[in-house]
Amino acid sequence: MTDAAELRRRTAELLAAHPPATTDRLDFLRARFDAGLAWVHYPEGLGGLGAPRSLQAVVDADLAAEGAPDNDPRRIGIGLGMAAPTILAYGTEEQKRRYLRPLWTGEEVWCQLFSEPGAGSDLAALGTRAVREDGGDWVVNGQKVWTSSAHVARWAILIARTDPDVPKHRGITYFLCDMTDPGIEVRPLRQITGEAEFNEVFITDVRIPDSRRLGDVGDGWKVAQTTLNNERVAIGGMRLPREGGMIGPVARTWRERPELRTHDLHQRLLKLWVEAEAARLTAERLRQQLVAGQPGPEGAGMKLAFARLNQEISGLEVELRGEEGLLYDDWTMRRPELVDFVGRDAGYRYLRSKGNSIEGGTTEVLLNIVAERVLGLPPEPRTDKDVAWKDLAR
Amino acid sequence: MSTQPDLLYSEEEEALRAAVRDLLADHCDAAGVIARVETGAPHDPAAWKALAEGMGLAGLLVPEDRGGQGATHREAAVVLEELGRAVAPLPYLTSAVVATEALLACAADDLLAELASGRRIGALAVALNVPAGGAYKVVRFEGGALHGELTGVADAAVADVLLVPADDGGLYAVDASAATVTPQPSLDLTRPLATVAFDGAPGRLLGDAEPAVRRALRAGAGLLSSEQLGLAEWTLTETVRYLKERKQFNRPVGGFQALKHRLAQLWLEVVNLRAAARNAADALATGSDDIDVAVAVAQAFAAPVAVHAAEEALQLHGGIGMTWEHPVHLYLKRAKADAIAYGTAGAHREALAELVDLRAP
Repeated sequence: MTDAAELRRRTAELLAAHPPATTDRLDFLRARFDAGLAWVHYPEGLGGLGAPRSLQAVVDADLAAEGAPDNDPRRIGIGLGMAAPTILAYGTEEQKRRYLRPLWTGEEVWCQLFSEPGAGSDLAALGTRAVREDGGDWVVNGQKVWTSSAHVARWAILIARTDPDVPKHRGITYFLCDMTDPGIEVRPLRQITGEAEFNEVFITDVRIPDSRRLGDVGDGWKVAQTTLNNERVAIGGMRLPREGGMIGPVARTWRERPELRTHDLHQRLLKLWVEAEAARLTAERLRQQLVAGQPGPEGAGMKLAFARLNQEISGLEVELRGEEGLLYDDWTMRRPELVDFVGRDAGYRYLRSKGNSIEGGTTEVLLNIVAERVLGLPPEPRTDKDVAWKDLAR
Repeated sequence: MSTQPDLLYSEEEEALRAAVRDLLADHCDAAGVIARVETGAPHDPAAWKALAEGMGLAGLLVPEDRGGQGATHREAAVVLEELGRAVAPLPYLTSAVVATEALLACAADDLLAELASGRRIGALAVALNVPAGGAYKVVRFEGGALHGELTGVADAAVADVLLVPADDGGLYAVDASAATVTPQPSLDLTRPLATVAFDGAPGRLLGDAEPAVRRALRAGAGLLSSEQLGLAEWTLTETVRYLKERKQFNRPVGGFQALKHRLAQLWLEVVNLRAAARNAADALATGSDDIDVAVAVAQAFAAPVAVHAAEEALQLHGGIGMTWEHPVHLYLKRAKADAIAYGTAGAHREALAELVDLRAP
């Protein structure tokens, strides 16, 4: 097992061989990956050293202290948080070697082609079809939606239906899809905020060689669970200072603008401040549990809590602003590369946070998950379990 | 905030929890508690003796060289979680936390050691609804003795010694036998209130009342949130258990989505309360400069959660929840009284307005 001292020694070696001040950013990132210091818990040869995940912080701190460039993780979140762990878990050796390095360095951006217009909460009902041409390539047709980064992505993780004659969970296969294929058409999907942070992706006769299949044919649902579970881990791992979330801007406005204060808003603000602080402490407690190797079920609840708080707090902020609350900074259709819930003005925050209880699992579905998996209450009645996908109501 | 709070439970704390839970299973079953409240003397001396003397838990907050166990608020909070789960009629919060904190602020080591040993029970003679820093009634100090009446004193009926604030600014220790203690019919059957009247009672001056009362009530408010956590957790767990078992319309009632969602929401509230309560206990234990905020957040958050949990438990139990026989009413009564004890959620939010600079218009 590689310990902290060994990691620090290797980090120092990397810095000596590639001084950040005089090394090209990409060259440095590639060298860091090859030195096993990209994600230390990954295997040797794939950017890691098989070290405990908690030791990554040691490497990051030493690199930051020397002004080393990072891989701009916010820009490549889907690759790092979702594609990479799934490729690591299910990829062939060849796939791991081909995709993980440029994914980590940010040379190749990834997006996720999962949700469809007809398959939201019921993702397993998806209808994008992949048909294999007698032992050769797969040919894919369908439509995906809510795809962030599709317009900048080089690759996509894609789930598609390969067998419509079996129940829906069993007929899905997982692929790595080339976003430069001429059959891929990316259209911006304008949201209520005015901007288009997401896309619709139309897939027409896109050819995917069988070498870009991840996992077995028909095993796509199981493979996708790895992707989705990692999404939840990534959401649970954050560490916020007090007033670090949505409550920060409204608290600052309250302090700076005494003329806006009313008694009613004061009562509501204090109540939300307390709830935001309790949610922050819960996220911190969850983080401490993960570090101590005792992950609890609390993670399932954090998204529920933050979705509601973001919505109520930003709603309060619009009211607090009075006449300004009647305005909106800019309805221009834009294509932001990064999503920042707390960015821009109060009106944007209010509108954008409406998505927090829909994206990444609706509040209603997550409440079912908590009730069934945490509290052990009976599952929802299922009428679709033993029905072939092609016979489902739609 | 200087350091990150430790929001987890240590192995020792979990072992302590298991031991207290065992003890309460033997001494404080729900049917026994209901039978006891019907006698008009709800407190359980045998359970107190086992917990306070036998396990030595009355002295957790008292340093070893002053006759205690030299533990901290973190351990006391774990004890309180278990007492809350059982709505145990024991004067732990009032004697081992609040009265003990008042004595720690004074120079009265003999009394402190007696309370820490569990052989004597103390009660701070301040009405249970008063928050730290709030106004409280005092008695007259005249001719070397105390005169007057105080109301709303929790657990006074079983106290051996009363800590009494007087109009000269002093805090006096008065032997309970020198006062007239009259139980008041109380909403909370398991933490009843009493009036205490003094008619020339001799008192021993312990020190200044104001700082001692403030410190005592702050610790009381902070650790009450752990008791509320235990209470909320029991009501949730018991309701979930019952709804898996109870069948209507040919299926378990817990399978209806409307109820599943309510229980999941409640679970989330309890999870948040655990973090807030743990944060308050840790701040009190480490003497962090964040104590006031941590306590106010915990208490402002805990009161509505505990009440909500108890109210949901009653509603979701249906008719049986409305009966005297079923223990859920003990939890509801405790939760509602706790929402007033040591300051309402609103009072704690008001305190936060100053503490975190979110001032009123």
